[in-house]
Amino acid sequence: MTLAIKVENLSKAYQIGQIGTGTISRDFERWWVTRVRGKEDPFLKLGETNETKVKGGSNVIWSLKDINFEIEQGDAVGIIGRNGAGKSTLLKLLSRVTSPTSGTIKIKGRVASLLEVGTGFHPELTGRENIYLNGSILGMRKKEIDRKLDEIVDFSGVERFIDTPVKRYSSGMSVRLAFAVAAHLESEILIVDEVLAVGDAEFQKKCLGKMNDVSSKEGRTILFVSHNMSAIRNLCGKGVLIVNGAIRHYGDIEETISRYLTSNSENSLNFPLELGDIVIEKVEYKHAGLNHQLSFDCIALKQASMEYYLKLSVKTAYDEIVFENSQIVETSIPHVGSTIIYESDLAFLQNADYKVYLTVFEHGGRWLLRDAFLLGLTKYIPRNGSVDHFGLVSPMGSWSTQIHRTYSTTQ
Amino acid sequence: MQSIADESESWDLVIERRSSLFDLKLSEVWLYRDLLLMFVKRDFVSFYKQTILGPLWFFIQPLFTTIIFTFVFGNLAGLSTDGLPQPLFYLAGITAWNYFADCITKTSTVFKDNANIFGKVYFPRLIMPLSIVTSNLVRFGVQMLLFLAVMAYFAAIGAEFRITSAILLFPVLILMMAFLGLGLGLIITAMTTKYRDLSFLVTFGVQLLMYMTTVIYPLSAAPVQYRQLIGLNPMTGIIEAFRYAFLGKGEFSAWSLGYSAAVTLAILILGLAFFNKTERNFVDTV
Repeated sequence: MTLAIKVENLSKAYQIGQIGTGTISRDFERWWVTRVRGKEDPFLKLGETNETKVKGGSNVIWSLKDINFEIEQGDAVGIIGRNGAGKSTLLKLLSRVTSPTSGTIKIKGRVASLLEVGTGFHPELTGRENIYLNGSILGMRKKEIDRKLDEIVDFSGVERFIDTPVKRYSSGMSVRLAFAVAAHLESEILIVDEVLAVGDAEFQKKCLGKMNDVSSKEGRTILFVSHNMSAIRNLCGKGVLIVNGAIRHYGDIEETISRYLTSNSENSLNFPLELGDIVIEKVEYKHAGLNHQLSFDCIALKQASMEYYLKLSVKTAYDEIVFENSQIVETSIPHVGSTIIYESDLAFLQNADYKVYLTVFEHGGRWLLRDAFLLGLTKYIPRNGSVDHFGLVSPMGSWSTQIHRTYSTTQ
Repeated sequence: MQSIADESESWDLVIERRSSLFDLKLSEVWLYRDLLLMFVKRDFVSFYKQTILGPLWFFIQPLFTTIIFTFVFGNLAGLSTDGLPQPLFYLAGITAWNYFADCITKTSTVFKDNANIFGKVYFPRLIMPLSIVTSNLVRFGVQMLLFLAVMAYFAAIGAEFRITSAILLFPVLILMMAFLGLGLGLIITAMTTKYRDLSFLVTFGVQLLMYMTTVIYPLSAAPVQYRQLIGLNPMTGIIEAFRYAFLGKGEFSAWSLGYSAAVTLAILILGLAFFNKTERNFVDTV
């Protein structure tokens, strides 16, 4: 096996806060200190980590810090991590959109990066003209596009409109066309950032299938960033977990995903969570044989003046409700400090990503949706094993409480 | 692991923090030449899509400007045109000046206008300004046809002008205008990613610069004490040479053209260096 990508001591710093006003004097100062007097750059203080919640001392943030890894030719590597962990920065550096603050990246072979579908599409041009334009932007030669034009048009499924200006396309159609161009790139290394989040389910499946072909049949190297764990598991054999700008884990994809999921529930769950008069002490997943149960331990904070209802709803990534369940918390129980255990069986869920909402209702002559909070839930089945497993993830990067406050209906 | 590292020391691409200021990656630009042509085609086609007059718009602007100039500067102000027919004199100046002005104004916003593309895909950034200069060249070519047609008309009615052997320098003049516009545009666009103030200066600065150039008057008609000053403007030498080549009138000298060429070269080099430096990290600041 030979290496396709070798990354050594790679770091990238960003300046946060205001850039652009009154910087002439600072730019001059910086130039004077670093170039003329040969000292270390005062605006790049070392030793701070990329932690979005903790306020650092300087206004420079290290999006990536001393990253080292190697990727072998033909590998499909999934890059996972929370929002702001540095995934996109890594992809930007690999695709040369911006340059590193320090360190090197060595690459063997042509790189095509898809940080966005349809970059450079011009609304006034026809589909055909845009295939040529977008293909050229992505690094294809005209001859190459000539050769593949039929295939691209065929894959996109918009033959009828190929000589119509793209501004008359539906957004789905232009995405299809754009992905079709990208799917026919002939580079040895393909870098893909969550572009699959667009298009309908059928087309997403088609894209994933195409990318699978690219990696397994054609032996090309793929780097794939996504929050969709099942897509990553389908496509990638290896995974890189990035936490706060550093590599936490690099290895088998299953291992990486489970580390990601556990790291998430440790880091981002700030229990106890307060929801109105009720406090959620902890959320637990229990697995016993064929039963899968998600349980919430709640404690009442105040003496309740009315009945409480807890509702658990499970939705798909597209917000379709797959499951809803409500349970009355009896009025007699919530004297201050008493515990309510709320359980729900989730065995029926398919192998996919779900969102879980827990809502607290109170009942006093009318229903009032008091508070809701959102959990991310991923159910996946490891390729090798037979054991089902749930991981709790927060899709927003942090837990959000009190999403709805104003919804009310009369009984 | 050691063996892997050893056998793959031949990398196709090494990404590092600094590359040389003058490393223009021209071989890479050449590899992407198809992209340059695509951008030119895009600019040309999208320019007249959904217009009634279509490509005719390329003629309308210089034609109307000439009419206005003839009326204001020729008839009302009575400025000298070196004995040349007024429309011909103004059209020559406008055609050449427009090319230069378009090159500056369009390249000066190249980072701002393409921030979205530049932030998502890598290709040699120089392709973008080069494509702008090239699409303007197409426009300039079309406007030259208009100029030649007007020349033919005035020749037919027996107006007094002559084409000189300096016309052989025409390609050189085009290159000089292109490079001067490109160089200045690159400097401005590189500076405006950080300091937006400059972008306000560009459009009206270019307009003011036109009056400092011999577009609406011949150098010979300028007051003696200002001639030196006007001559300092590198475009003056170029426009004078252009007029001399096609119409036989103008202060054409090897010295002034040589001066313009030297300034052009210096500005171009400066512009490329600025652009190269900005290009690597501008995505983070724009």
